[in-house]
Amino acid sequence: MTIKGLFTAFFTTKAKAIILPTVGIICFLLFWSLTASSIDTSLGKFPGPSSVATQISNLINEHNTEREKEAAFYLRQEQRNEARMAKDPSYEPKIRAYTGKETFLDQIITSLLTVLSGFLLAAIIAIPLGIAIGLSKNLNMAINPIIQIFKPVSPLAWLPLVTMVVSALYVSPEPLFAKSFINSLITVTLCSIWPMVINTSFGVASMNQDWVNVSKVLSLPRLVHIQKIVIPASIPAIFTGMRMSLGVAWMVLIAAEMLAQNPGLGKFVWDEFQNGSSQSLSRIMTAVIVIGLIGFMLDRTMLQLQKKLSWDKSSAQR
Amino acid sequence: MSIILDISKVDMVFPTPKGDFTALKGVDLQIKKGEFISLIGHSGCGKSTVLNIVACLHKATKGGVLLNNKEVTEPGPERAVVFQNHSLLPWLTCYENIELAVKRVFKNEMSPAQMTQWIEHNLNLVHMDHAKDKRPDEISGGMKQRIGIARALAMKPEVLLMDEPFGALDALTRAHMQDSLMEIQQKLNNTVIMITHDVDEAVLLSDRIVMMTNGPAATIGEILEVNLPHPRDRLALAENPEYNRLRSAVLTFLYEKQRKIEVIPTSTATPKQKQSDVA
Repeated sequence: MTIKGLFTAFFTTKAKAIILPTVGIICFLLFWSLTASSIDTSLGKFPGPSSVATQISNLINEHNTEREKEAAFYLRQEQRNEARMAKDPSYEPKIRAYTGKETFLDQIITSLLTVLSGFLLAAIIAIPLGIAIGLSKNLNMAINPIIQIFKPVSPLAWLPLVTMVVSALYVSPEPLFAKSFINSLITVTLCSIWPMVINTSFGVASMNQDWVNVSKVLSLPRLVHIQKIVIPASIPAIFTGMRMSLGVAWMVLIAAEMLAQNPGLGKFVWDEFQNGSSQSLSRIMTAVIVIGLIGFMLDRTMLQLQKKLSWDKSSAQR
Repeated sequence: MSIILDISKVDMVFPTPKGDFTALKGVDLQIKKGEFISLIGHSGCGKSTVLNIVACLHKATKGGVLLNNKEVTEPGPERAVVFQNHSLLPWLTCYENIELAVKRVFKNEMSPAQMTQWIEHNLNLVHMDHAKDKRPDEISGGMKQRIGIARALAMKPEVLLMDEPFGALDALTRAHMQDSLMEIQQKLNNTVIMITHDVDEAVLLSDRIVMMTNGPAATIGEILEVNLPHPRDRLALAENPEYNRLRSAVLTFLYEKQRKIEVIPTSTATPKQKQSDVA
């Protein structure tokens, strides 16, 4: 085989799908480490790939240490309680929760839970609303200005209002959820609702007229029409909106957590920034990459879900 | 035989930004039970509008449609439509597409087992039982149209409305579908209104051919009785003098009396010609 033949055989479509992204990532890492070493900040050099790699193992170690401490704490507490019970049988043992600081992995879990809850709440409101707007031109004309005005509002503008309203209204002696969680959740919902409303209503309004005619000839009752024709027909558009919304939700959440000091990845970044140690910048850079990876993962999950649920496979390609 | 469908002095006016556009003027047609009617005319003459008015997908500006002496105001399964581009729901299988119709129409009359049997009977009628679990995008255009016809037939319509059912198919598939439709018609003897562009199709299938004048204000120009005996065979008919007389009668109407001159935009600006209306 000639060299050229080898070359073309090597670059089959499948090989390309692995080789080209790898080449891209290697080039980026090279560029990153070269520029990083030439940027000096008051907290030391800008972190390169190697310091990020170090931090990843540091953060995982810290997490494990924290977990061991926690286990040890509960073990001590149990032993102490048993000892007191042995001395005095009428003693009611007190169990106190461990109050160690949240690790990086804990923050990731908190952020994921918050973004998914906020997104779900947004979807529960947005999809029925979108269907209603798509079905009725009058409703669309009435609501469209409101959507257009609130759609471009930054989460940071909503946040103070949300915080104040939540502290005023969400008063209960034993709250089921932390206030900070509710704050982030509502901020995420407020910002991620619009792409879903707009896409769903567009999908419903631009439904193939033939399908509507089929429904008319069968004289389907209104609810059956929505259930059997409108919703399946607009599933591709609904999913497009959901993917856009989930992306928005994730971006909004990090900003909300930073500003409002709600637990999560945003707070992690802010705490490290305030901390100002020689490791801070590399830990923040690690968080940046993790945030990106999680965002990417969320989008892929949504895409897989779309491939599974949507009849229109062509709309689930990218 | 009794009149089942009466299209009575129908006018159709569409409001446009440039003023009203009269699409149909005084369309009047009575159809007997079990009759197969073809509506033929040049494109844009309002054939589909007539069909949509019968189906109540459009509302006539003047006049109306009587089915069994009762005016129809809403679309309904007793006037089932076979749409030009099949319009099967792509998220349902062939079976489910028919099931949606059957469940709707016979929900109080059939048991689930009877429904299954009835759906399978109709799939069998159009020779599509092998594809019942396939989705519309997995089968060919001709097959989709077969399912579309099965769906309409499964509603047991009093009048079957077909809007250029074979217009989007290639010539060989179309001939095949016409034979299938004749075979079904032999068995069921439905009342059918079919829109077509195809002269051979009209003569082959119909009991009467209704020829429409060109729009605007289109109306029924001539009606041609087709008295060829059933079952009809396309090869034998090619030599049949009566068949050829009917065929040339339709062709004469379309290409002499209602000749439509399409304006072909060229660099040398020809003055815009309206149709030469001899009739």
